[in-house]
Amino acid sequence: MDRKQCCVKLSVQPSRGLMDEKFIVLVQNVWPGFQLTVHALHQCEDGHSWEAFGHYAADATGTVNVSEDPSLGGTYSGVEPMGLLWSLRPVPGSKPGLRMRKMNVQTPMEVTISVYQGHQTEGFVDQVPLAGVLVERWYMAPGVRRIPITEGGLTATLFLPPGPGPFPGLLDLWGGGGKLVEYRASLLASHGIASLALDYLTPKITIETRKMVGIEYFETAYRVLQQHPQVFSSRIAMLGLSFGTSITLKMAAYSEVVKLRCAVCVSGSHVQPVDGSVEQILGYFHKNGGKTRFSEENEAIWRDLLLPIPTDSSLKVDVGRLQCPLLLVVGEDDQNWPAYESAMDMKEMMERAGNSHLLTILSYPNAGHLIEPPYTPHARSSFFRTVNTREKMMALWGGETVAHSRAQEDAWRKTLVFLRENLF
Amino acid sequence: LLSPLQVQTAALPILSVFPSRALVDEKFKVLVENLPPGCPVTIHSLHHSEDQDYWEAYGHYISDDRGKVSVSDDLSFGGTYTGKEPMGLLWSMRPVLGSRKGLRLRKMNVCTPMLMDISVYSRHDGFRDQAPLASVLIERWYMAPGVRRIDIRERGVRGTLFIPPGPGPFPGLLDMWGGGGGLLEYRSALLASHGYVSLALEYFSPGQLQTADLEFNYFETAFNIVKDHPQVMPHRVGIFGLSLGSIVTMALAVESRIVRPRCCVCISGNHCFPPGRTLAGITGEVDMNYDKVRVDENNYHIWRDVGLAIMKEPSSKLDMGKINCPILLVNGHDDQNWPTVESAEDIAEMMRAAGKEHLLTRLEYPDTGHLIEPPFSPHFRATNFIVNLTKEKVIMLWGGQTKPHSDAQEDSWRRILTFLQQHLYCSPSPKARL
Repeated sequence: MDRKQCCVKLSVQPSRGLMDEKFIVLVQNVWPGFQLTVHALHQCEDGHSWEAFGHYAADATGTVNVSEDPSLGGTYSGVEPMGLLWSLRPVPGSKPGLRMRKMNVQTPMEVTISVYQGHQTEGFVDQVPLAGVLVERWYMAPGVRRIPITEGGLTATLFLPPGPGPFPGLLDLWGGGGKLVEYRASLLASHGIASLALDYLTPKITIETRKMVGIEYFETAYRVLQQHPQVFSSRIAMLGLSFGTSITLKMAAYSEVVKLRCAVCVSGSHVQPVDGSVEQILGYFHKNGGKTRFSEENEAIWRDLLLPIPTDSSLKVDVGRLQCPLLLVVGEDDQNWPAYESAMDMKEMMERAGNSHLLTILSYPNAGHLIEPPYTPHARSSFFRTVNTREKMMALWGGETVAHSRAQEDAWRKTLVFLRENLF
Repeated sequence: LLSPLQVQTAALPILSVFPSRALVDEKFKVLVENLPPGCPVTIHSLHHSEDQDYWEAYGHYISDDRGKVSVSDDLSFGGTYTGKEPMGLLWSMRPVLGSRKGLRLRKMNVCTPMLMDISVYSRHDGFRDQAPLASVLIERWYMAPGVRRIDIRERGVRGTLFIPPGPGPFPGLLDMWGGGGGLLEYRSALLASHGYVSLALEYFSPGQLQTADLEFNYFETAFNIVKDHPQVMPHRVGIFGLSLGSIVTMALAVESRIVRPRCCVCISGNHCFPPGRTLAGITGEVDMNYDKVRVDENNYHIWRDVGLAIMKEPSSKLDMGKINCPILLVNGHDDQNWPTVESAEDIAEMMRAAGKEHLLTRLEYPDTGHLIEPPFSPHFRATNFIVNLTKEKVIMLWGGQTKPHSDAQEDSWRRILTFLQQHLYCSPSPKARL
């Protein structure tokens, strides 16, 4: 009698999806009660391999449905439709401090989903699976156009949704690591928002002149978006994460040029020298560098640099001046920025000023600093090189994987709803 | 006209199609949101084919009290389809006004997707006069990610092999199209996306049926190429044919001493294959009865009477009583090209007489024509065809009415996949293993 399970049918629907879409992983044609492992393998752009897996037992019809059945163990447990993606971690033997970020958004993230016999925890690469399929995860929907922008001295990429437009616009800012990071902007364009990913810490102009950009750089970016024939000039939002929040709040509260329809600030703070340039704001943080603490694993904890939240109004963006809806997304275990404390202070300021009706706070227990679009791995810490110090250190971002992944899913959904409510 | 303030605050319609990238046999959900309530709109699909023709479909809708239109749930009040038709934007597609006649939409390059623009326009009548309110692009694929495509030029056989992703081993299929000839890969690519190693076989070039070197052995060799492939389970190889390909399928199942298909799927086929003859011999039969070809009021060719005449000759038919594997026959009652339902009746009779009835499954669909293709493909009632005998370019009437034919394509494909799964993928129950 052939004991080996044959003819296992494995399907993933959709086999080509957007990064923020759910999929259904179905295993069929196994014996009832059969123990199996569903495994995900991904090789990222840097060449590192990541894997995730869940242990399952087939039901009476010989089926495992990852969206409905509980994982009995592995890199995730319980009923977790997307656990195979958010619980991905570097394979044993990998370098420490890795973080998965797709830099080329024009190709999909490819994940191999396989089924193995029994409940396995290692050695997957040495075995032949019972079945395997390839799944594509895209940051760009079909028809989204990617347009490099260099006008006005900008280093940016514009993502336009398909269709005639006009579309609402959005300025997308990442944080202190710099570089031109496109994936969130391309995903937003896939949701119908013309989005401009802006490199403001390491743009060409800074590399060449060795000078940090001024406020005009952001106002130029806003204008470029506003004047684009396919952008609805009165419906422009700004989304910033980490240091990007600092810029967003500054623009929203003080800029004569930038008139935002709404703003989203993730994992950031309003604490900054109010009249400071980008360079001066960074300098202010750097000055407090002595407050850096280190975890047991020697990971840098930078949240104290801005604590306690100052009472001095020249050191905080006056959010009482805001005239547009503001969404704050914070992780309560953020070890990099005091995002939660800042959000509480902003709330108080806005209540006193009488504009707190504009404020929505999403606060997630056990979520860390890097609150990103859902279904990518959680990095509790990773190697980080700040633009000004150029030191490479292990930064502790914080967060517990399951809670953080749930927070990403919930925050992204609510961010899209917020943007839709205010822009469409 | 809206005032500037109204323009500033007016809601922007939001159009979404999920999934935006799908296999051609997968359904999608088309949703329009943020419309005013009770707003008449037209949802439109447009495809620019490889042959540079434009195909389109559209439905007229009215938004509900929440400003939403859901193509899956709402009724189309007119257009190229009416009623609740989640996939009407695809199957009711037809060439745009002013196109060439007799067109057929077939993807030749399966490594790229079919691209469709789905748009929402204001209004029903005259909707084309203005730019759409919103538009998205969708991809429809014949190949799932990871499916491998391999050119086959071996042992004299020409074709393309498609292998599913994964280690295998997999069941296999020999896949054959009909009298138009050439190498059509799309059904095999789709079958591989469903877990079958599938060989799309080229057995003659378009218009070359007369002169093609078509010995029976050619097909047996093709079958063995699949069977011998290291990733194929040798005892789980079936045969899939349409039209002329079905004839070959049945002939192999009945007459071959070399190949033993595990099961057969025959779409729009018949059992007129004079035993011992070559395939070129079939065309001889057709040629002899060519005078039975009729034309309709549009001068379209109707060939079904040729088939009826041939079927009157017992010696022209395969002895289907000799078949030893499960066979699925899929036919349309309005097939104007061949009397496939009459043929199925005759086959059933022969199999019944030989005690083989339990091997036969018949699917017959009302108002359905000859070209029963994978679901959501447009319906081709009459298309250009080169007649082998005369080298004439005619328009062949295949038959069928669009809505019932499309229903038949959707229903039959699902049943075909179930049939293949049942017979080619092993069941885990102990009964099946004994």
